[in-house]
Amino acid sequence: MLKDQDRIFTNLYGMHERTLAGAKKRGHWDGTAGIIEKGRDWIIQTMKDSGLRGRGGAGFPTGLKWSFMPKESDGRPSYLVINADESEPGTCKDREIMRHDPHTLIEGALIASFAMKAHTCYIYLRGEYIREREALQAAIDEAYDNGLLGKNAAGSGWDFDCFLHHGAGAYICGEETALIESLEGKKGMPRMKPPFPAGAGLYGCPTTVNNVESIAVVPTILRRGAQWFAGFGRPNNAGTKLFAISGHVNNPCVVEEAMSISFEELIEKHCGGIRGGWDNLLAVIPGGSSVPCVRGEKMRDAIMDFDYLRGELGSGLGTAAVIVMDKQTDIVKAIWRLSKFYKHESCGQCTPCREGTGWMMRVMDRLVKGEADLEEIDMLWDVTKQVEGHTICALGDAAAWPIQGLIRNFREEIEDRIKARKTGRMGAMAAE
Amino acid sequence: MLRRLHSEQPDSFAFTPANQAWAEAQMTKYPEGRQASAVIPILWRAQEQEGWISKPALEYVADMLGMAYIRVLEVASFYFMFQLQPTGSVAHVQICGTTSCMICGAEDLIAVCKDKIAPKPHMLSADGKFSWEEVECLGSCTNAPMAQIGKDYFEDLTTASFSKLLEDLGAGKPVVPGPMNGRYAAEPKGGLTSLTEYEAGKPQYNASAELATRIGDSVKRIQGDEVPLLTPWIGKNGVVAGRAAADPTPAAPARPKPAAKQAEEAKKAPAKKSAAAEPAQPEAAAAAVTVEEQPEVLTAARDGKPDNLKLLKGVGPKLEETLNSLGFYHYDQIAAWTDAQVAWVDARLKFKGRIERDGWIAQAKQLAAGEETDFAKAAKKDGRYED
Repeated sequence: MLKDQDRIFTNLYGMHERTLAGAKKRGHWDGTAGIIEKGRDWIIQTMKDSGLRGRGGAGFPTGLKWSFMPKESDGRPSYLVINADESEPGTCKDREIMRHDPHTLIEGALIASFAMKAHTCYIYLRGEYIREREALQAAIDEAYDNGLLGKNAAGSGWDFDCFLHHGAGAYICGEETALIESLEGKKGMPRMKPPFPAGAGLYGCPTTVNNVESIAVVPTILRRGAQWFAGFGRPNNAGTKLFAISGHVNNPCVVEEAMSISFEELIEKHCGGIRGGWDNLLAVIPGGSSVPCVRGEKMRDAIMDFDYLRGELGSGLGTAAVIVMDKQTDIVKAIWRLSKFYKHESCGQCTPCREGTGWMMRVMDRLVKGEADLEEIDMLWDVTKQVEGHTICALGDAAAWPIQGLIRNFREEIEDRIKARKTGRMGAMAAE
Repeated sequence: MLRRLHSEQPDSFAFTPANQAWAEAQMTKYPEGRQASAVIPILWRAQEQEGWISKPALEYVADMLGMAYIRVLEVASFYFMFQLQPTGSVAHVQICGTTSCMICGAEDLIAVCKDKIAPKPHMLSADGKFSWEEVECLGSCTNAPMAQIGKDYFEDLTTASFSKLLEDLGAGKPVVPGPMNGRYAAEPKGGLTSLTEYEAGKPQYNASAELATRIGDSVKRIQGDEVPLLTPWIGKNGVVAGRAAADPTPAAPARPKPAAKQAEEAKKAPAKKSAAAEPAQPEAAAAAVTVEEQPEVLTAARDGKPDNLKLLKGVGPKLEETLNSLGFYHYDQIAAWTDAQVAWVDARLKFKGRIERDGWIAQAKQLAAGEETDFAKAAKKDGRYED
């Protein structure tokens, strides 16, 4: 298990002082100017060496992403935009950073912005996090008062502003180009790529969009060294990670752990085990609603990192939001609820997604009750394949994958329900 | 999803002075010419003040930000946190119903809402105090099931604790948000498994609950004076440091001409494409270095008989008052404004571009000459400004 001295978010539960003074006591804002003095190239190279992969779900290497930003300005300013629109069902990790350890994020924003030649950073926070906004804004105000932001921020010679902006309840604004649209005061509809934000993003200027956790771990990595961070987890899956475990475990929680921890260890150490014991485990969604579910028996020995979950189990680490479901769960209904979510959150721009999410939800509606024909399972599968990959952003894919995961793993459950409805008798599975 | 404005709309909307100051401060977060970026935060404050978003509020915000009304309506109807119909006078209750909460009992909470508030979402309760809806994931999944009421998250709910919460809120009793089962924040309920060092000296509440209890504005209609207004990003010299350092700041988008004017011009010069493109440039350059000049003003209306400025399209009772206070009472005054004088007035009205957009000067010329404009005719006919 990860030791407390190796944790980056040492005030995750807010039990220590949440002020700047408290943050400094825990080692934040220590020698920030010195880090910046080492220069852009050193910062970006260290981030590459650390092996940090983006914590917002896609797992793209953070250092590499930063290196896409223009080295010389062509007259346009550069922007860093921090994606704090945490809305993926199951995910609630960034909230704990912003309300309880906000200075990790603000310090990271300064360093990352400097590395990308950005003088301005916007933090786009989801609208519902109102107290989190107040807590984070208070921390920003405090940082300004102490000269850590503004002109010559933290004595680094770099002029830097950090602005807090918020949305108003649209999941799609977690997609980076939709977020930029929303930040410009428009409907959050994703843009076509290319051009990528690093070429033309916010206000048509070079922009990098990073997740809160990706930015908040930066100062500690730079202070303790790339090797320290790369020492956790398997190769290509480096570092520590915030896991948010919800659903049917005895003690749901958000906790920082080393990458590549086994699922069993994660659950036993921090969550007090599965409700009703391991034999009662039905299914797990290991990375937030957008990744396919996995059958419980395959999960027990699973390694919680990007490559294992994707390569071995056909799922993904996503945001490391683990949703655990025990055998009392109606799995078809649980996935139906996700279909409802995606239907609600589709922005309506691309036809396959706008129409497809509604279509998939309506078929799922009937599958929950068993009011369907067996052939409709394959038809639903076909529809998910026609939505997947045919939309501007990944919301279409995200809507398709949970259903594909359900059909792949729990087809007999759906079939039994349909048969039971037709014959009036319970099938073998349902009788258990 | 189709969302429409409510069938019954109030007559007017105005921010409280403190909220107005707050809104104007938010606009300074964005580069010059990009004030439309502030539309969501400012609309949200309008909702915090009134409880929901009305058509006059949309118009007010559109004018404030120099946006077309339709763009603001698009935003309000796209984002689901904007309530387009009146909500409960005490609170609008939002139950998270997405998977993590659903499998932990959100449906039972919804049943409580149906029983205690109203059978359908967005319906007012019999006493008008509450309304409710099921919302998508609120991002507090390890504290499921949960509800957002006003500004706050009430977590780890049971039907019993949730019912009691509604009763207390209805009776005006103070409530403390956060986990309702004795947990502190998002730590394991069974006891800390990490970061045990700080447990002994922890503050009474987690950050969210602490703010809620300190400010005490959980379900309050926000007036803007609850907390002091801070804009630390504006330095002592009045300069936003990061923006001054980035040289140059991003160019403001070229303001599109009013649609009617565009159509008119297209009619006049149907074939001259290249010629039509050219004049746009000097215009943009001129806009960048607009000189302001104060027009002649009066201290009172001549003979105590001011013209009815509301007959100018785009001027309502509020703006008429402002114009009067600046010293404008007559059509002929407005008709005589030069470009530099328009810029002077524009800067003081805080309704960027409205004079030009609505064509006040042309209208004022007609009205000053005793002619009628279409708008004035319509306004007189339907008596929209008669008391």
